[in-house]
Amino acid sequence: MSQIFHRSTNTYSRIVIFGAVFFLAFLTWVFTVLDRSSYATRQHQVREQPVPFSHAHHVGALGIDCRYCHTTVETSSFANIPPTKTCMNCHSQIWITSPTLEPVRASYRDGKSLDWTRVHDLPDYVYFNHSIHVAKGVGCETCHGRVDKMPLMYQQNALQMEWCLNCHRNTEKYIRPKEFITTMGYEPAGDQEEIGRRLQKEYNIQGVRLLTSCSTCHR
Amino acid sequence: MAEELQDPHVASKKIIAPGYTFGTVTDQIATVVLTKRTPVFWFGGFAAGLVLLFLFLLAVGLLFAKGVGIWGLRTPVMWGFAITNFVWWIGIGHAGTLISAILLLLNQRWRNSINRFAEAMTLFAVACAGMFPLLHLGRPWLFYWLFPYPNTMGVQPNFRSPLVWDVFAVSTYATVSLLFWFVGLMPDLATLRDRTHNRFARFTYGILAMGWRGSAKHWSIYETASLLLAGIATPLVLSVHTVVSFDFTIAIVPGWHSTFFPPYFVAGAIYSGFAMVLALAIPLRSVYGLEGLITDRHLENSAKVMLATGLIVGYSYMMEFFNGWYTSNVYEHAAIWNRMFGPYKTAYWFLITCNIVAPQLLWFKQIRQKPALLFMSSIVVLIGMWLERYVIIVSSLAQDYLPSSWGIFRATKWDWFTYVGTIGLFLFLFFLFIRLLPMISIFEVRTLLPQAKVEEEGGN
Amino acid sequence: MSNNPENHLDLATVRDRLRSTGGRKYWRSLDELAATPGFADLLHREFPRQAIGWSDDENPGEGRRNFLKLMGASLALAGLTACTRQPTEHIVPYVRQPEELIPGRPLFFASAATLGGVANGVLVESHEGRPTKIEGNPEHPATLGACDIFSQASVLQLYDPDRAQAPTLNGEISGWGSFFGSLRAMLTAQKAKNGAGLRILTETITSPTVAEQLKGIQKLYPAAKWHQWEPAGPHSARAASMQAFGQPQNTYYDFSKADVVVALDSDFLASGVASLRYARQFSARRRVSEGKTNMNRLYVAEPMPTATGSKADHRMPLRAGDVEELTWALATTVQAAAGGPKTNDNGDIYRWAEKIGADLLRSKGASVVIAGEYQSPMVHALAHAINAKLGNVGTTVFYTDPIEANPTDQLASLQDLAKDLDSGVVDVLLILSGNPVFTAPADLGMAARIQKAKTRVHLSLFRDETSQVCQWHLPEAHFLESWGDARAFDGTVSIQQPLIAPLYQGRSACEILQSLSESPEMNPYVIVKNYWSSQHAGADFDAWWRRAVHDGVIAGTALPQKTPALHGEGLTAHAQKRTLGGKLEVNFRPDPTIYDGRFANNGWLQELPKPITKMTWDNAVYMNPGDAHRLGVETGSMVELSYEGRRLKAPVRIQPGHVDGSVTLHFGYGRTHGGRSANGAGFDVYPLRTSKALWQDVGLEASKVSGSYEFADTQMEGVLDPARHIIHKGTIAEYLKDPEAVHDGAEAPAKSLTLYPGFNYQTDEEGRPKYAWGMAIDLNSCTGCTACIVACQAENNIAVVGKDQVRRGRNMQWLRVDTYYAGTAEDPNPEFYNQPIPCMQCENAPCELVCPVQATSHSAEGLNDMVYNRCVGTRYCSNNCPYKVRRFNFYLFSDYETPSLKLLHNPDVTVRSRGVMEKCTYCVQRINAAKMDAEKQDRRLQDGEIQTACQASCPTEAIIFGDINDPNSRVSKMKSQKRNYGLLEDINTRPRTTYLATLRNPNPEWES
Repeated sequence: MSQIFHRSTNTYSRIVIFGAVFFLAFLTWVFTVLDRSSYATRQHQVREQPVPFSHAHHVGALGIDCRYCHTTVETSSFANIPPTKTCMNCHSQIWITSPTLEPVRASYRDGKSLDWTRVHDLPDYVYFNHSIHVAKGVGCETCHGRVDKMPLMYQQNALQMEWCLNCHRNTEKYIRPKEFITTMGYEPAGDQEEIGRRLQKEYNIQGVRLLTSCSTCHR
Repeated sequence: MAEELQDPHVASKKIIAPGYTFGTVTDQIATVVLTKRTPVFWFGGFAAGLVLLFLFLLAVGLLFAKGVGIWGLRTPVMWGFAITNFVWWIGIGHAGTLISAILLLLNQRWRNSINRFAEAMTLFAVACAGMFPLLHLGRPWLFYWLFPYPNTMGVQPNFRSPLVWDVFAVSTYATVSLLFWFVGLMPDLATLRDRTHNRFARFTYGILAMGWRGSAKHWSIYETASLLLAGIATPLVLSVHTVVSFDFTIAIVPGWHSTFFPPYFVAGAIYSGFAMVLALAIPLRSVYGLEGLITDRHLENSAKVMLATGLIVGYSYMMEFFNGWYTSNVYEHAAIWNRMFGPYKTAYWFLITCNIVAPQLLWFKQIRQKPALLFMSSIVVLIGMWLERYVIIVSSLAQDYLPSSWGIFRATKWDWFTYVGTIGLFLFLFFLFIRLLPMISIFEVRTLLPQAKVEEEGGN
Repeated sequence: MSNNPENHLDLATVRDRLRSTGGRKYWRSLDELAATPGFADLLHREFPRQAIGWSDDENPGEGRRNFLKLMGASLALAGLTACTRQPTEHIVPYVRQPEELIPGRPLFFASAATLGGVANGVLVESHEGRPTKIEGNPEHPATLGACDIFSQASVLQLYDPDRAQAPTLNGEISGWGSFFGSLRAMLTAQKAKNGAGLRILTETITSPTVAEQLKGIQKLYPAAKWHQWEPAGPHSARAASMQAFGQPQNTYYDFSKADVVVALDSDFLASGVASLRYARQFSARRRVSEGKTNMNRLYVAEPMPTATGSKADHRMPLRAGDVEELTWALATTVQAAAGGPKTNDNGDIYRWAEKIGADLLRSKGASVVIAGEYQSPMVHALAHAINAKLGNVGTTVFYTDPIEANPTDQLASLQDLAKDLDSGVVDVLLILSGNPVFTAPADLGMAARIQKAKTRVHLSLFRDETSQVCQWHLPEAHFLESWGDARAFDGTVSIQQPLIAPLYQGRSACEILQSLSESPEMNPYVIVKNYWSSQHAGADFDAWWRRAVHDGVIAGTALPQKTPALHGEGLTAHAQKRTLGGKLEVNFRPDPTIYDGRFANNGWLQELPKPITKMTWDNAVYMNPGDAHRLGVETGSMVELSYEGRRLKAPVRIQPGHVDGSVTLHFGYGRTHGGRSANGAGFDVYPLRTSKALWQDVGLEASKVSGSYEFADTQMEGVLDPARHIIHKGTIAEYLKDPEAVHDGAEAPAKSLTLYPGFNYQTDEEGRPKYAWGMAIDLNSCTGCTACIVACQAENNIAVVGKDQVRRGRNMQWLRVDTYYAGTAEDPNPEFYNQPIPCMQCENAPCELVCPVQATSHSAEGLNDMVYNRCVGTRYCSNNCPYKVRRFNFYLFSDYETPSLKLLHNPDVTVRSRGVMEKCTYCVQRINAAKMDAEKQDRRLQDGEIQTACQASCPTEAIIFGDINDPNSRVSKMKSQKRNYGLLEDINTRPRTTYLATLRNPNPEWES
């Protein structure tokens, strides 16, 4: 009876069998990478906005404090997107004819809100509170990055749970003195860990067990 | 069975009918697969399986569309048919592994002519069982959260939960069974490859046979492999259902929280498993005229195993009752009492009849030798064992600690569709198997022939 | 009551200004932040889909919803690969942000919810302009911070998508303009004939402003008539005060000074005006601790078991008609009246009267005899006499002038209207709220009569039964949408301020009445403010008004107390001997949860288990097991009732503790035009209720008919099994002898009984003190009124599932109140025990061990956290929960589609989707909010700073929550009492929620 298969089939079958193992491993790897890719997290993506607002200009060049616009960052969970009124405080005097600012003036004229696209968006089941983070020495920069270097706003960090936990598990690595909360490009005066541990006591920062309890962020 | 232990020779003579030669054995088994003419019986069974399978797909489609609410589940009975079916199917699987692994190690050579389809049965039963843990989830699309993998949440499964143990137990079980079955198939696949005239069939069997040529080297590797696999599979027979029983014993529900569940469940598993073996073997051999290969001897041995395990199960029921009374714990008392005289008393007494009373007939040789009766008793046991799991799960949950939150489970038609649906899936797969693969291990049966003995002796 | 009164006023004025610019614009500007999608649809949408799927599981084949779900499932499965990607969302900031509004922080405003015209002071929580939760106003005398089920559930009523959404003329959508046009025409016609053809029908009015308006209208149209009808109003109390004092009086009580309380068929702890206050005062006298052991004693005589009856030390099952005899006997014993002959066969009555009378005489001036709303005027009159005789008047019983603007006999007034309608003199009939066609006595045949009026105008929240017979229907503004005022039980006036501009261009009765006056164009804010500026002498009006609106009560508006003279002669006529004559007594009562039917479309109240019976979505023919046996019926079998030739088919429900020879019927169900939840639920009792007998009468016949009926209960088994030690109870005497006796040998394993190291709840890693949250529930205070359940439902976005799902045991309320009765179901007079069951937050939580994905795990402060978004729905946790407090979303129960209901959600709590488990969290959102505020101020939380929703609403302060690490916290003090015990402690779950044993104070001479 004639051979059905050529000798090489042996080799092929071996390759297939061992290949299968590596292929599965590869798939898992791809999955984990995709999960963290900027496609999934939307990191570093500039989003379409009604007005090309430049933090680089307002924060970097003009040095306006974050809290001038994001008024409720110290009092509320929500850092407040400024009402059109706030923009008009200045832009009723300067750049009054600039065409890029027309949407703002229009909004102020006919009382219709500007429709911004959310850049930093957490899932609805995550209850993040700005005020407590600011009060405990987590700088704006720590999560939002160097907005003073962002002509157009984008998301600096992954904002995934492991990223949050990374800080909740070792706060000392990230917190800074309150006076530098809104500072961009803050450099710790000395060893961060050491300063961090001092601040942990000073700001009475909760223990890891509590900071990593589910109900701290999920309800 | 005892005397075979001492003298396989005597056994081998009785195990299969006289007058078989290597050739006839091979012919008879191989033609079932290679013949062009498929028996009507096959079409009947396959069609039945297919219909039920579609029912299953309908039920599952609706389940995913609407949620587990379509079942009769409620507070406090949050587990119903799904888990019952899971335990039932897993249990059935055990017979196959026991036959192929343990009996192999014990050198029970009579197993050779029933191990193949018993293993297949195991495989398909595990397939059916494996679906339920997924189906019963509220959000099935998130099932993969039960596996430990590097995720972006920085959270891992709770390794203290029996359900996570299940994941490992069942997946291991499925893998090993599959390997064992496939390795055992190889020589026969080669036989089919060589005997078929259909080019496509030859190619497929050829691929699956993985170049088996029956050389001495192959055989020695084969022997080692199957022994190793048997070694790995043997503890599984005990471990898998032990782990499954942990789902209940770890919980504090009165009627679940009990230390003797593991042996109790394992015995029950083998009990139902052998019942299923008989329920499959008896029709098969009569339809395909395999009485010569699957002899009354096999049926009788299986019946004996059933009787033995059945007695263990019966003992467990008594212990359950005894413990309930002996703990002098008000909740346990109530649980047992409610089980026997509460809303589920019918199911309870029915299962007692099925699992304890009926099998007692197997004491009698005359009955053990009547295939028809054996077939019926095995069906009775299968029903009884399903009811057992149903009663344990549902009646315990329905009435636990606070009377205020007691509630009665009422199955909806979708519960039933899902259940019989999986039976459909099982039949579907099984009929495919008997049509496409040798349902009896050709070469292993050949070793049972007297000629084989002669050769061996000549060989030595 | 925002944190800052100044700002608050700004909002008031802002609101005012904006209202003048038209409500909707204002609404948008306030809601922009929330940017609720589909709000436009909400405004002009035809009919939204059912709030939740109430399909029969057996045939889940409905069209659209099913399809959507299929989509949902496939999407979910598709999303599996990139499960972390967020959909694009938008932020819509304000154009001009109201100063006091901080996005993300709720504001609280004081307002007033009225029931039967009488005000309950409330605080309304508002998120970016959306009222989401109603709680009691601590500064209001009627609520004292607690809140009843109706006020709490009215926030759901506000967003009810079934509300009338535009004025209609003969069913065609019309406009306010055209209505006012035609009204003006009618009025000019009426002006000519002094308004002889003008009739106004309202519910009970206590509002001073509205009263003033009506006076004005009376001046303009002298011949016009104003009628009132309140189906469940205090008709007999009014009649009684005429009989006893010759003039209408308002009566209220002070239970804090009462040692002995006799409730004559009165459910004063759970229903009626000021029940919240009464419950608070009553329970204060039952709060027993090692130090303080004087406990009041409560006698209750009633036909149908009520919450009050469940607290009785001596509950006397008595036919409502025989209560009068008991009262006579009582009056005779205390020599308050010349008792007539003993005419009743029930000898117990006189024995009881003797014992109670003796007890009353022992506590002169420190007792209360309170007659039920539904008892005869004679019972009320006698009660007045007894209280007077015992010298309770002025110490525990108080009289003032009536709080109603016009305390007439409403039945007579309605009959008068009926007469006028027949004579055809009525040209214009204005029905301002209320639903007379449904609620008026059957013999008046209002449905037909009203149509004899030439022009019929109906103002109401829903297009209900009455609207069907009126040409004009006008959408009414909800009390959270409009300005107004109303009086409380003692006359105290509350300003009712709106939280939101009308969602459906509704208007209040106040506005409609204004359009009848000389100055028709005036918005209600101005109307109310003007009225009070006319009342308030002095230049500081603005400040005064600011204070009034902010506080929710106008100081010093309580009516002066007085001691009216009693007419003896009213109390000589003795009732005739009363026999059943082989028939049954029938009792008519408003439904415990949907009242007279006005809340029938309120899912929260429909699904709220009724006190004692634990039934939802239905009413029934309640009867005694003996009677049921005699009729050969059981729970669920249908009977035909016939009373005075009026017939009615209804299902029977056997109620242990119900008096024999009598049945109780709750009216309010069986609506035909009430909305999606109301229609078809229960059966209509009004057809049996005639002006002859508004509350009770003999002569009912019941006969078994074919057919059966399935009720939806939330509790199947109610008999108390002593072996399980679920309710720890005893008498005060036993307790004084041995405080431990109440535990009756229930044991708890020692904490050392474990192989595992215990978790340190006292201090954290740094050794700093931690909080450890715990709860104590005093069963001796709890009346089982179920206010806590509604509070929980509102606070935690808990879904309504519908009757069919409740029948399948899938109701979602996180908190339940179990009711057990000691003894057997056949016991003629079993004792009732209520037990609220929230999550026990076990330290050894069985649920946590078994969850495969750690969706439920322990927080460092001892909370049993439940993470919905991690849950995959194995339901193992529920199986392993010995208290069965976990609730599972078998379907997508939460409404993701109806726009108006989105506005209702509490933004601080996740809205759970299909397939996840949920449960009580001790209101962790409140805990976190308070903790963060405290930490920002770098201080520790004070005790009582955090109140769980159930605790806040509880009228009896039975539920206490707090930090058990702080030995001085109220909860620690409660737990340190000897009465304290943990439910099922013997299985070593170490619950954080514990109970205080309940005690009774029986009269030692009772049995002798």
